[in-house]
Amino acid sequence: MTLTIRVAEEWLHSCSGCEIAILNTGESLLELLEHLDIVHMPVLMDHKLSGQLGEKEQLTVPEADVGIVSGGVANEEHVEILLEMRKKCTTLIALGTCATHGGIPAMANEWPMQQCLTTVFSTPSTDSCSVPDQEVPLFLDRVYATDEKVAVDILIPGCPPDPDTIKHVLTALIQRTEFKLPSKSVCDTCPTVRKGKGETDKVRRFLDNADYRADQPPDTMRCLLEQGLLCMGPVTAAGCARHGAPQCITARVPCRGCFGPVRQKGNQLLDMMNALASNGIDFKSLIDRKSLLRFSGAHGRIRKRRFKVKGIRQR
Amino acid sequence: MAKVINIQPITRIEGHARVAIHLDDNGNVQDTRLHVTSLRGFEKFIEGRPAEEIPRIVNRICGICPWMHHLASTKAVDGCFDVVPPPAGHKLRELCQVMAHINDKILHFFFLAAPDFILSPDCDFSVRNVMGIVKKEPELAARVVKMRQLGQVMLERFAGRALHPVAGVVGGFAKPMLEEERRQLLEDNRTLLDFACYALDYAKNNVFHQYQDIIGSLGTITTGFLGTVNHVGALKLYDGQLRLMSPDGQTTDFPSESYLDYLAEHVEPWSYSKMVYAKCWDQKFCMDLNKPKGIYRANTLARINICDHIATPRAQEALEEFRTHFGRPAQATLLYHWARLIELIYACERSLELLAEDDITAPEIRTPAEPKAGRGIGHVEAPRGTLIHDYETDDNGCIVRANMIVGTTHNIASMNMSVKQAATSLIQNGVYDETILNKVEMAVRAYDP
Repeated sequence: MTLTIRVAEEWLHSCSGCEIAILNTGESLLELLEHLDIVHMPVLMDHKLSGQLGEKEQLTVPEADVGIVSGGVANEEHVEILLEMRKKCTTLIALGTCATHGGIPAMANEWPMQQCLTTVFSTPSTDSCSVPDQEVPLFLDRVYATDEKVAVDILIPGCPPDPDTIKHVLTALIQRTEFKLPSKSVCDTCPTVRKGKGETDKVRRFLDNADYRADQPPDTMRCLLEQGLLCMGPVTAAGCARHGAPQCITARVPCRGCFGPVRQKGNQLLDMMNALASNGIDFKSLIDRKSLLRFSGAHGRIRKRRFKVKGIRQR
Repeated sequence: MAKVINIQPITRIEGHARVAIHLDDNGNVQDTRLHVTSLRGFEKFIEGRPAEEIPRIVNRICGICPWMHHLASTKAVDGCFDVVPPPAGHKLRELCQVMAHINDKILHFFFLAAPDFILSPDCDFSVRNVMGIVKKEPELAARVVKMRQLGQVMLERFAGRALHPVAGVVGGFAKPMLEEERRQLLEDNRTLLDFACYALDYAKNNVFHQYQDIIGSLGTITTGFLGTVNHVGALKLYDGQLRLMSPDGQTTDFPSESYLDYLAEHVEPWSYSKMVYAKCWDQKFCMDLNKPKGIYRANTLARINICDHIATPRAQEALEEFRTHFGRPAQATLLYHWARLIELIYACERSLELLAEDDITAPEIRTPAEPKAGRGIGHVEAPRGTLIHDYETDDNGCIVRANMIVGTTHNIASMNMSVKQAATSLIQNGVYDETILNKVEMAVRAYDP
């Protein structure tokens, strides 16, 4: 590797886990850094959107070959930064499930944004107040994935995304070679024992541990879905497997879909209902079905509940 | 002419915030504000969900301290369902929590904070970062990266995921620890303890000594402190009672279940983050530098101040040395860094202690739970401060109401005050430059928000 690329990174409606995933490339990070000229990345370096002397009216990102954006889009400032990133970066990467599918924060899409704010600012420990609205960015009507607002060139899902995938893509961009993202499902990377169908027709809540032998590796454990636990492996994009099994399976815990749908435009709720049906499991035994979209609620997948307001039914 | 300096965003911190410095016609500081610009609404959108799922949702509040939210939440759900984990369940949770503290502290000190010192506060912004450290001190950088990675891999191998964990479950833990896992973790944790001791020595010799002036003055304010101790006043991170210390050093201990009697959250219209204050002092809330009211701080310096001692030998030794220099309570804001490295040593020692306990490999790790109506309050000490999750469930075990007091929010008021103190003393008659603005940010960075 001899080339260097200019990189700009921003985080929007996010938790910083994607940035930690970048750091989790570990010792490869030091090699990567030799070929990355980072021109903007708030978590690691001091370039300011508002100018180094705090004088700029408009938020500005330097020109870059590659832009990386984590987080969904929930407020006016996110939109402004995302548009600026798109304008200044030749290749734009949406990093992490919030950026690709809305992620956990898009669970808020079930309610009007204002109602979420009202709840947060009226908890029992909060002094009576109105919702902050001065000199803070105002919210949009819902949480969006980045590709609903701008054209995105590369989508790398994951909550968090896999460090090896990040390294693979960045290396390919540096070397100007091809890269390949995982296209299978979590089940395709899962070593647990599948017999085709479980002995149960109901989903049971995860209130007791799965049945497995702790001194044996996961490839001796019966498939968790066949054990009657809700495991979203069949409808979730692969990419999390490390140390020989999907990460949650290593912890002996069922998948909850954090890499989003297998196909970019797939619907984890509909797909999972099908998967349950083909396993002979009654989907009605599942409480909180909307939770199947807990990582992929953007793109209009999670819609607002209908609320009765002053006798009028509203969306 | 009056103007506003907008430092956007504050960089090398974990959260989303900016600082606005308002100058008057003479170019002197009239006011400063730290605007927290993000809010996601977790308290709303976990409503109606099965409580046992919540620890896997709220870990996404913070990608740097997901274990803290994960475990405070798990404890709150234990409370709702009235279930008590077996001893090994608690020990495995605590082990993961203190190991997560280790990674967090290495990350903050070396990747985020140290560039200001190792590369000096007045060097160009383009090199004042971890990439600059890689160039200036490649051996140190390589070791730091390796140690942080080791910490992550240890958690990942044992608990499946280091980031956005899933292994903490209502009633205990999802998998037991095998003897060979214990052996490997012991060995790796010893390596981390050696590094932790080296880190504190390094910082004493190369940072704290050189920057005594800045450390003693920048962003310094006088406040109370909040943290967690056990029944004999020793520092605790996973459990114990809360201890609130007033600025004069008087302490009050209380169980986290009664947090509503002691703490309240103030809201300013210009920040999405609430500002927690000591309601029990009956002074209300005020951020005036000369007569603050209700203001206390959390996070490392607070915990080091409120504890009577630390129950592990090397951390205790470091605490005693710290107190000989700075007394108790120490108020200088940049001492957060020093306190952070003392806690790093404690976290390593505590991991080793837990791993040495016989029953940590016990097969009984989870008590089965039944969904039911109830209330649960779970608390842990997160790197950024005391973290409280408070849930109520319905008969079906689904969340009807949630309240969370998040670590950083305890320090929002103090950060506002430290910013004002720093800006006021550094900017006069309209004269300022990048170095001065970075120093204002250094006052924020110490809190690791």
